[in-house]
Amino acid sequence: MRPAVTAEVADEHGLTREEYAKIEQLLGRAPTFEELGIFAVMWSEHCSYKSSRAYLRQLPTTGPQVLQGPGENAGAVDIGEGLAAVFKIESHNHPSFIEPFQGAATGVGGILRDIFTMGARPIANLNSLRFGSLDHPRTPFLVKGVVAGIGHYGNCIGVPTVGGDVYFDAGYDHNILVNAFTLGIAPADRLFRARAEGPGNPVVYVGARTGRDGIHGASLLASAALDATSGEKRPAVQVGDPFTEKLLLEACLTLMQTDHLVAIQDMGAAGLTSSSLEMAGRGGLGMVLDLGAVPLREEGMTPYEILLSESQERMLLVVKAGHEAAVQEVFARWDLEAAVIGRLTDDGVFRARWHGEEVCALPVAALTGSAPVYRRPAEEPARLEEQQRFDPRDVREPADYTHALITLLESPNLCSREWVYRQYDQLVGGNTVARPGADAAVIRIEGTRRGLALTVDCNSRYCRLDPYLGAVLAVVEAARNLVAVGAQPLAVSDCLNYGNPEKPDVMWEFQQGVHGIRDACVALGTPVISGNVSFYNETEGRNIPPTPTIAMVGLLDDVERHLTPWWKAEGDVVVLFGRTREELGASEYLAAIHGLVRGAPPWIDLEAEKRLHRLCLVAAQERLVRSLHDVGEGGLAVALAECSLGGPGLGAHVDLEQGMRLDALLFGESQSRMLASLRRRHLGRLRDLARREDVPLTVLGEVRGRNLVVGDVIDLPLDPARERWRRALERRLGGERYT
Amino acid sequence: MPRLLARVYVTPKRGILDPQGKAVQHSLHALGFGEVDDVRVGKYVELRLRDAALDAGRDRVHAMCERLLANGVIEDFRVELEEERR
Amino acid sequence: MRWGVVVFPGSNDDARALTVAERILGDEAVALWHKDRDLRGADCVILPGGFSYGDYLRCGAMARFSPIMEAVERHAAAGGLVLGFCNGFQILCEAGLLPGALVRNRSLSFICDLVTVRVETTDTFFTRGCSPGAVLTLPVKHGEGCYVADEATLASLEREHRIVFRYVDAAGRVVPEANPNGALANVAGVCNEGRNVIGLMPHPEHAVERLTGSEDGLRLFQSVQAWIRGGAELQVAPGA
Repeated sequence: MRPAVTAEVADEHGLTREEYAKIEQLLGRAPTFEELGIFAVMWSEHCSYKSSRAYLRQLPTTGPQVLQGPGENAGAVDIGEGLAAVFKIESHNHPSFIEPFQGAATGVGGILRDIFTMGARPIANLNSLRFGSLDHPRTPFLVKGVVAGIGHYGNCIGVPTVGGDVYFDAGYDHNILVNAFTLGIAPADRLFRARAEGPGNPVVYVGARTGRDGIHGASLLASAALDATSGEKRPAVQVGDPFTEKLLLEACLTLMQTDHLVAIQDMGAAGLTSSSLEMAGRGGLGMVLDLGAVPLREEGMTPYEILLSESQERMLLVVKAGHEAAVQEVFARWDLEAAVIGRLTDDGVFRARWHGEEVCALPVAALTGSAPVYRRPAEEPARLEEQQRFDPRDVREPADYTHALITLLESPNLCSREWVYRQYDQLVGGNTVARPGADAAVIRIEGTRRGLALTVDCNSRYCRLDPYLGAVLAVVEAARNLVAVGAQPLAVSDCLNYGNPEKPDVMWEFQQGVHGIRDACVALGTPVISGNVSFYNETEGRNIPPTPTIAMVGLLDDVERHLTPWWKAEGDVVVLFGRTREELGASEYLAAIHGLVRGAPPWIDLEAEKRLHRLCLVAAQERLVRSLHDVGEGGLAVALAECSLGGPGLGAHVDLEQGMRLDALLFGESQSRMLASLRRRHLGRLRDLARREDVPLTVLGEVRGRNLVVGDVIDLPLDPARERWRRALERRLGGERYT
Repeated sequence: MPRLLARVYVTPKRGILDPQGKAVQHSLHALGFGEVDDVRVGKYVELRLRDAALDAGRDRVHAMCERLLANGVIEDFRVELEEERR
Repeated sequence: MRWGVVVFPGSNDDARALTVAERILGDEAVALWHKDRDLRGADCVILPGGFSYGDYLRCGAMARFSPIMEAVERHAAAGGLVLGFCNGFQILCEAGLLPGALVRNRSLSFICDLVTVRVETTDTFFTRGCSPGAVLTLPVKHGEGCYVADEATLASLEREHRIVFRYVDAAGRVVPEANPNGALANVAGVCNEGRNVIGLMPHPEHAVERLTGSEDGLRLFQSVQAWIRGGAELQVAPGA
């Protein structure tokens, strides 16, 4: 017996009364139970972007390098040599809070599929993680689970995890963030799209069998805030199988070299439903599916369950009529099932049949085109003005700056992340040139001299204190990180993580964030080619800090000319590009040493930033400098320490011209600054270039010895500091070494 | 003939270091279960065999263990067999 | 010479091994599909790294039963050269072509890092071109790399100089801190009695270019080339 559809049933599905009324109006009748389920997921926030679409239109998405902007499974940019870089970042936040290992693992699996469905072989993964305070009892459990889950999936499928970021902030105590990014390479003239074409063409299902995993994951988990009952949503968390995905990846890439395939899409959120509807929708066609032909792994599944299951590692194909057997042969080689489950029609209707009965007859355009678009009320929160006020005179300078530096180097957001990335295979594929620890990851593009640089950035403290400026700074930081390894920034994929959009202050934060990304991306020439929005990161009324995660990709014409942050040789000169302003607001120093989260984020002059980038790229190109390092969180002292602690582990002796509070000079987070080290004989040429670009250049000192010495205020022996910096995270997580 | 249900228990051989067992013991102690002297973590495999008589079935399952389910260098195994009630 | 790289479902470092053989070593290289039974004239067979069969049940437990393995076993029995890297080493142990077994890292965590290993014997086709006691920097990336064997097996390995590589610190000392996974006696790689089958946990195929980290693996592959060419003595550079 199929359940009757009532307004209450619609409520349970997460639809508003207005949305339900709209459904009845579109259909001219009440929906069947299956149809209701389909509307509920397709119109959920996660799938329809109903609260964000109106704003996302403001983002710059085009440029000469863009081959594919938002609208497909991932975006693509031209990287020369007939190749395209296909990439996207996506969130898997709620499932990871409930079951961190599988939540994070399936997040990695999902984004990988979005990339290879476009015909691109995935060659690199990044992830951006936000956890609660390390003092919160649940945090270590979540951290260990998420990192293990990411490693489990990424390592098994054989895609190197080459970078990412991890932040701890009490604002994420009850809502962690797991944003997963994948980049793949495809021939630029052979990108596959998910656009159904050719009425009569068969629809083929490949991959794992369908079970009851994750039913309503999209609406239940991703589109609603967490509360005390969230643990009961346990059955909605999917379990990933990276081995099956590896087979699927190889089989699909093989198939893509033939001419059997018309369109392909992975089954992700909302499973079979969304992939069918989206493919049909893009092609303006209809589809008829025989649910009885879908390979199942559980007994007694209902049509509703089959349509909405979020079982992982499945793809939906549209194949040329007559080519079904050839396609099945490709998959059989990899021991995968490929089942013909339907065909395309030309009536624009999505029909699903179960035992001869039609359980679903939905006009495709109604579903994909008529999803609600909300412009929810937005209002600046009253708290902001007060929080941005900061008087440095309220803060006492440290008595011992060496001690303060060590405290910062051991603090959760500045300490080494080695504990994390050691659990990831960073090397599979054989093209990893710069491993985690540098400002950005660098991958060689096999068969060429070129390279790609990848980074993911967002300072949520900046965003909490100024959602617009914080978003601008996230984009700027990402670009600066790419420039620091010698790469020209190309394009962005953004993952916008915010709280409950039904709250006006959250909606305002989101709006401001989009504006910030827009302005920075326009100024820096980096269009947003793909992305994701994750709303409802709220628990019991508390929302996360605004977290617009920016993933950015850059290009190196000659990957051999890439740079890393660390000093390279005794006697090299240490210089600083840019100017330090007296600003302590929103700094890591203020938070970690003084327990204060206040003040405005640092000032940014986008034109000055661009000049800095130009200077650095020319310096890298001409091999004038031996190292470059972005000066970011923790300020100049921390940046100097990072150049000394990593790599060859050489010390430095530098002097700083004061003219401001010492803590602002050492720990303030002024933007548009870069540290460089170079052979003395190149200093003249570098000064000329800096003058030409109007970038301030200050000689700080030289690479020397086994300590970091800054004037007469810091004298840090590197070996003990390194141990503390490397082990800090593991200690805080309560890890023990068993050897 | 009824189906046979074989329960296979695979455990690390004594003398082989079992770091998982050690870690679990450590955690149990931390949770207040100090009386746990030893933990070994292994695998449990359930096999349902159709149309098998008990003795023939036992031999077959032993062969499965020796060939695939357990690695004799590092693991021991034990088999329990019963007719499966439907 | 011709290298044959076996591809199991779930192998990941097969492509890299093939690339190294062709582009860096300049040799012929063929992929050997797990369902085939023919080594296609390969002089040296590589079982690559990865997660064959998802590492389900035990690493390498199912891969060892692949049809291709019959050909590999015959090749080994006839004195043919076989190399197993990481998952390949695990498969060789499961197949009984090498003694002992690889179990979960003692820390219970996957580890990806550069390690230093010492060449314990130059009396193999893989280490002929190294100087005795040479210390090489190679990457490891594994969750189950802890080598174990019973006392009698270990004793014979030591006695017969069949431990090919051992984890050491940068100064060449066999110490616990240098051991990434808890392996018995810091064993990183071993060979069979015939010295024609070698397995190791580190990845020499990821250490053949300075650009991607270390070049120390190159000499190992060159040893194989020299061996196949007819045993012409390799020039050993000082400090190799």
